[in-house]
Amino acid sequence: MKQKIYQILGFSIITACVVITLFFLASIIYLITVKGFHSISWEFLTSIPRKSMTEGGVAPAILGTFYLVIGSILIALPLGVACAIYLNEYSPTGYMVNIIRMSINNLAGVPSVVFGLFGLAVFVNLFGFGVSILSGSLTLAMLILPSIISASQEALMAVPYSIREASLALGATHWQTIKKTVLPTAMPGIMTGVILSIGRAAGETAPILFTAATFYRRSYPSSILDETMALPYHIYALMTEGTHPDKQVAIAYGCALILLVLVLLVSAFAIIIRNKYRSGYVH
Amino acid sequence: MSTDIKNKIKIQAENVNFYYGKHHAIKNLNINIYDNKVTAFIGPSGCGKSTFLRMLNKMNDLVPNTRAEGSLIFEGQNILEKKIDVVSIRKKVGMVFQKPNPFPKSIYQNIAYGLEVNGIKDKNFIREKVEDSLKKAALWNEVKERLHTSALMLSGGQQQRLCIARCLAVEPHVILFDEPCASLDPISTAKVEELILELKKYYTIVIVTHNMQQAARVSDYTAFMYLGELIECDKTEVIFTIPKEEKTEQYLSGKFG
Amino acid sequence: MYNGKEKFIKLIFTVLAFSSLLFLLGIIVVLFKESFPILKNIKIFDFIFGIHWYPTHEPPEYGILPLITASFWVTLGAMIVCIPLGIGSALYINELASPRQKQILKPTIEILAGIPSIVFGFFGMLIVAPFLQNLFNIPTGLCAFTASLVLGIMAIPTVTSLAEDALSFVPKSFKEASYALGANRWQTLVKVIIPASMSGISTSIILGMSRIVGETMTVLMVSGGSAIIPKSIFDPVRPMTSTIAAEMGESAVGSEHYHALFAIGLILFLITLIFNVIAEHISKKHRVKLGLNR
Repeated sequence: MKQKIYQILGFSIITACVVITLFFLASIIYLITVKGFHSISWEFLTSIPRKSMTEGGVAPAILGTFYLVIGSILIALPLGVACAIYLNEYSPTGYMVNIIRMSINNLAGVPSVVFGLFGLAVFVNLFGFGVSILSGSLTLAMLILPSIISASQEALMAVPYSIREASLALGATHWQTIKKTVLPTAMPGIMTGVILSIGRAAGETAPILFTAATFYRRSYPSSILDETMALPYHIYALMTEGTHPDKQVAIAYGCALILLVLVLLVSAFAIIIRNKYRSGYVH
Repeated sequence: MSTDIKNKIKIQAENVNFYYGKHHAIKNLNINIYDNKVTAFIGPSGCGKSTFLRMLNKMNDLVPNTRAEGSLIFEGQNILEKKIDVVSIRKKVGMVFQKPNPFPKSIYQNIAYGLEVNGIKDKNFIREKVEDSLKKAALWNEVKERLHTSALMLSGGQQQRLCIARCLAVEPHVILFDEPCASLDPISTAKVEELILELKKYYTIVIVTHNMQQAARVSDYTAFMYLGELIECDKTEVIFTIPKEEKTEQYLSGKFG
Repeated sequence: MYNGKEKFIKLIFTVLAFSSLLFLLGIIVVLFKESFPILKNIKIFDFIFGIHWYPTHEPPEYGILPLITASFWVTLGAMIVCIPLGIGSALYINELASPRQKQILKPTIEILAGIPSIVFGFFGMLIVAPFLQNLFNIPTGLCAFTASLVLGIMAIPTVTSLAEDALSFVPKSFKEASYALGANRWQTLVKVIIPASMSGISTSIILGMSRIVGETMTVLMVSGGSAIIPKSIFDPVRPMTSTIAAEMGESAVGSEHYHALFAIGLILFLITLIFNVIAEHISKKHRVKLGLNR
């Protein structure tokens, strides 16, 4: 009897935990959706800001985030996948690879603001790219590189060894085997990692704080060496700078809603892909 | 070791040794493998029979920390030499593995794969070759309606015959079977064995098996290996009726295994 | 063994792989190089244990103890919020949820883990802070308590997701063995499943903690920003991350202040590195224990 009471009590507590958690997270999404919804209009999405950020749209910020994400993926995707292919398919196994693997895992946990510092010291100052889309993209690329490498490596490792053997035994070369058999099989896993990274790059603020972002631009950036507005930074700036807090809050809600929808859609997409292919090829 | 002068030698092994790191897996092995015959390797687990099989198409190159010595003459070339072009050897020496390992692609693409990696682009030729290989592997009638569905949808036995067809498409001279029926049910096993008997008309076949009855049913020659050494090799009927070595007799009568 | 083309392809991959590794390892080099100059002027002891952070005064003072203390308290508070809720939710998903609930809850939690921190900061600043200010009748809602609460909520999905993975790795046979001995579900959960996955659960907690310590935007927006050692949980504070984010824009490149901020970055890096190494070590032992080592 006593055991039964414990069980009822225990199960009530953990049920309460999940209810509270979902309540918190749902209320964030709900409030931002409700309050942000009023700000969103076609004009809001497509026009530039007016009257020192108190009116008009946030198109430059949306576009800036888009540029930064595309830039960082263009850099991190080839590097990360190549690194994973090298580690998994070409490098001899052993001590060295373990060290490399461990350092990549650890770099994945480095705070994003530290990546921002690195970007500032190296891309902005040392390489002289200044505060620009290029510096911001490079910094974000560094930030997502470890996760792209480990997601790709995991996907490559999940490809059964037997089908590599099958390919080689048919007279395929090492590279033909990778290109025609291993990579296509690992592709859903790699894509999941990449798409999750897109969500991360779009939402990160600290790394672009000193490397790419600016509060206000009258025009769209015209080169990769221009500084840019970006959605997450724009939310921060609207809340902490400027002279008309009441009007700015409404715009910030709109930005937060756009960012939230963007990031949640992207990660939902990634997780759907992963769950669809997870048990695809079990040997 | 008996030499059979009536038959042409396809592969000749002389003083072959193989090491995994410090482990001496194959010790001074000498054997002839004859053209258009089935040679079976039997012996307890870990006796080196699979290792030897994998030396024949250089699959052991993929295992780090290994070393081979001696000479293994295949079509006039010592394939244990460092300079050898492994890819061209693997084209001539096909392999069917213990577990069916089709690519996660369609049935058609599985067979076309070997042709494509060898640089063949002619679509008509590939289509004919796919049909021809599937017919030779006695799978055509079962799959001709669904060539473009995933190979992973086939049953285990069908997958294994698909792997055989995939191997045939490349037109190898020798086919290696590494315990091809280990993961199959008795009916599928019978089909694969029937196929091996059919294929030996055109190919030299080497098969590694745990199953002594299978060796007796399909092979012309049987080699018995124990702890990395070749104990005895002779015509299959000789090995199974009047083995010369005591070890062979003990193994065949189930005294160890 | 390879012909020319194959060798060339391998070379390309080697070069790409090592250049990305070089960049990643460059972080460590740059952090050390850029923080080194500050230690010429200030003793490392005074830097870490100094209680005054006045980088713009004349003469400036660079003591980061208030910042470290702030990070410590905010992290501790956030852990108090996120450990019970995160682990409790993981237990619910693993043990109580129907297959259908599980099918929905698990990916939902994973998706929520992707909510950008700026959104939490924004929410904390506009909604949580005013609410708490009224509730507790405190001078400002932007304080250590608010920061802990918001960060704790933010880290829940990460902890839940990792802890649930650990719970689901426990072999079903453990559970069956316990049921067969007459234990009920709760006893089985507490006495068999939780102990068996304890190291995985600890890993999830450490990684959650690592995320909280390194979190920047949320604390920057809700912690209040005073660089003093807090006396109460309702005092405004300035943790390490938000100091870097708030001040880097104002410091001149190459100045003492600039190098001091890099030194804070280095300390942050080392703290999270230690967390990650511990987490990795525990999870490795865990896999060995359950016979899952691949």
